[in-house]
Amino acid sequence: MTDTTANAHFFQKEEHHEHHGADHRPGFFARWFLSTNHKDIGTLYLIFAITAGIIGGGISGLMRAELAHPGIQYLPMWAHFFGAPAGNDAALHFWNVMVTAHGLIMVFFMVMPAMIGGFGNWFVPIMIGAPDMAFPRMNNVSFWLIVPAFTLLLGSLFVSGGTGNGAGTGWTLYAPLSTSGSAGPSVDMCILALHLAGASSILGAVNFITTILNMRAPGMTLHKMPLFAWSVLVTAFLLLLALPVLAAAITMLLTDRNFGTTFFDASGGGDPILYQHLFWFFGHPEVYIMILPGFGMVSHIISTFSKKPIFGYLGMAYAMVAIGVVGFVVWAHHMYTTGLDVNTKMYFTAATMVIAVPTGIKIFSWIATMWGGSISFKTPMVWAMGFIFMFTVGGVTGVVLANGGIDNYFQDTYYVVAHFHYVLSLGAVFSLFAGFYYWFPKMSGKMYNEFLGQAHFWIFFVGVNVLFFPMHFLGAQGMPRRYPDYPDAFAKWNAVASHGYEIMVVGMGIFFVNIIYSLIAGPKAPANPWGEGATTLEWTLSSPPPYHQFETLPIIDAGDLHDRHDRRPPDRV
Amino acid sequence: MNPAARNLRTGLIAGLVACFMVGMGFAAVPLYRMFCQQTGWGGTARIEVGATAPGSVGRIVTVRFDANTNAKLPWSFEPEQKTQRVAIGARQIAFFDATNLSNKTVTGAAAFNISPDQSARYFVKVQCFCFTQQTLQPGETQRMPVVFYVDPAFLKDHDNDQVGEITLSYTFYPVDQAPSQG
Repeated sequence: MTDTTANAHFFQKEEHHEHHGADHRPGFFARWFLSTNHKDIGTLYLIFAITAGIIGGGISGLMRAELAHPGIQYLPMWAHFFGAPAGNDAALHFWNVMVTAHGLIMVFFMVMPAMIGGFGNWFVPIMIGAPDMAFPRMNNVSFWLIVPAFTLLLGSLFVSGGTGNGAGTGWTLYAPLSTSGSAGPSVDMCILALHLAGASSILGAVNFITTILNMRAPGMTLHKMPLFAWSVLVTAFLLLLALPVLAAAITMLLTDRNFGTTFFDASGGGDPILYQHLFWFFGHPEVYIMILPGFGMVSHIISTFSKKPIFGYLGMAYAMVAIGVVGFVVWAHHMYTTGLDVNTKMYFTAATMVIAVPTGIKIFSWIATMWGGSISFKTPMVWAMGFIFMFTVGGVTGVVLANGGIDNYFQDTYYVVAHFHYVLSLGAVFSLFAGFYYWFPKMSGKMYNEFLGQAHFWIFFVGVNVLFFPMHFLGAQGMPRRYPDYPDAFAKWNAVASHGYEIMVVGMGIFFVNIIYSLIAGPKAPANPWGEGATTLEWTLSSPPPYHQFETLPIIDAGDLHDRHDRRPPDRV
Repeated sequence: MNPAARNLRTGLIAGLVACFMVGMGFAAVPLYRMFCQQTGWGGTARIEVGATAPGSVGRIVTVRFDANTNAKLPWSFEPEQKTQRVAIGARQIAFFDATNLSNKTVTGAAAFNISPDQSARYFVKVQCFCFTQQTLQPGETQRMPVVFYVDPAFLKDHDNDQVGEITLSYTFYPVDQAPSQG
């Protein structure tokens, strides 16, 4: 990065016109605020996601502190800090606010920006041999929409949401709680935050679809495309089809709240259940949006560190397509207790269980990839294997919850909380860490510290399991979600879970120490630190890659891509 | 076609898909209403204004009447009979009494629903006070009729084998929020 002003920069460009290109970078402001470079935007997204993750994770720490013991310990104090009026109701409302904020932040401002905006931006163009995204300026718009969205969401904590400050509707924003049940501007701000975040993601999806369909290097057919690019392509289609429905639904919430419409109000002929249908038509694909890019990353990592091509490449790609397609017709399994009739529940139960088939294909293909491989247990690999374990646990409880009959007992208990944290907080987040360690040398040009990475993994792994596994027991015993207090009978496992959080925080501390230490003092990373197993195009470039890559497009030959180790473009100018 | 134009075309198509899905999100409102009316989902009764009942088939089902008023509506609203034993297929009439307890003229409209859900598609309303708005003068009481029959197909639907009682529920709302059944 240079410190030149725009003018000096301009002249420099004139002087050295012949060898402009690879490392010619704009000044600080132009580079990071007007950025059109997919790698820089990816970096911005990752920084944003880590920041949001710290805030969202901090909120869950507050919740675990309150839940560590029966009774209300800290809530009134925190509510007071956030400017809530005195009184028990406002304090209890603040609990709902934290639940809501944690959910929205982690879904829309941590996992999605990290997976799609971060790693997707960084590596999809490189993996398919493209110089950049199809619409670089729109890419910048995507990022700078999500920043005000997050600001709006955080701002909503400080204005009235009816009972107290902040929106206490849950991340689902169900009517009528989010309409007639929450006076004040807070919920409006949340809805607008989701509008902006949704617009950002839709623009991103359009960009990814165009990039992947149109800008692959010569010879890279869809069936030779790396699985991460496949996963982002499927994710982009899910975003394109699901997010607009959310936008429509929350727009109707907004007009119900402010302009007297009655879309979701029975007194005007509307139906609050319709909101749930619309929300979950978006919401269920959304959970695959959050995990599919992780599937892609894990596939590359497992293959790299097993020194084997991925087992069943086409099966892996089309399993993701199948998950995406079936993901659109199972939404009502989130609504089993809204009064669906038995036949409908039967359909949604069966359809939901069908998803276990392509998911099983992926799990077994990862295991088959490792089978007989020359496995090196580097940090990214242990995270990827941790992902497979955690995601399988979460998947199994998902099959349990898929049953309409069982769901009558389990809905809104901690069993559900355990389930979706195993697939998301542990599944998606483990894949994010796996991807982060895998690509950290490529992105930063520095090697991370292997010991700290391993310590991070093992402490985090123990911590999150101690944190979330007891929630299965609590849920099976009937402890409901979204309450700050509980009977003494649930005290033991809640205390254990809160200790699990403490362990996990130690792991996160090591992560941040590792990043800072490695960025400052890490040894220089070679172009390919992972050896012959790393076969995708990003490893043919220097670490970090040049500011503009692939001035000459790489040629992908007709041979089987997944057996080739060296795919350097032939040196032709 | 040059690459930039090709990208623009793909991007525009993708953008149109997104716009279409926003449209589908809003279209879901009338579509959902039509779907419920066709299938009786969510306890949506069948409305066939002026239809002739097919006549009794010699079986009986109990119909329970439930009446509610929204908190903002100063009315009392009660069924004259809590339950009726109804011959399936036969035309039946039931009356509700509504009284305006305030000293102002108030207009209300009733939303209605059938329980259990799987019986709703066999509950046919021929005529009902809930099809229109009702206005009561201060202190006025009105008898409000509903004419209905239970479709004999009810007996052939195995989902309704266990159903011995159908509940017809009304809620009156003040009319600045006029309901259209959905």
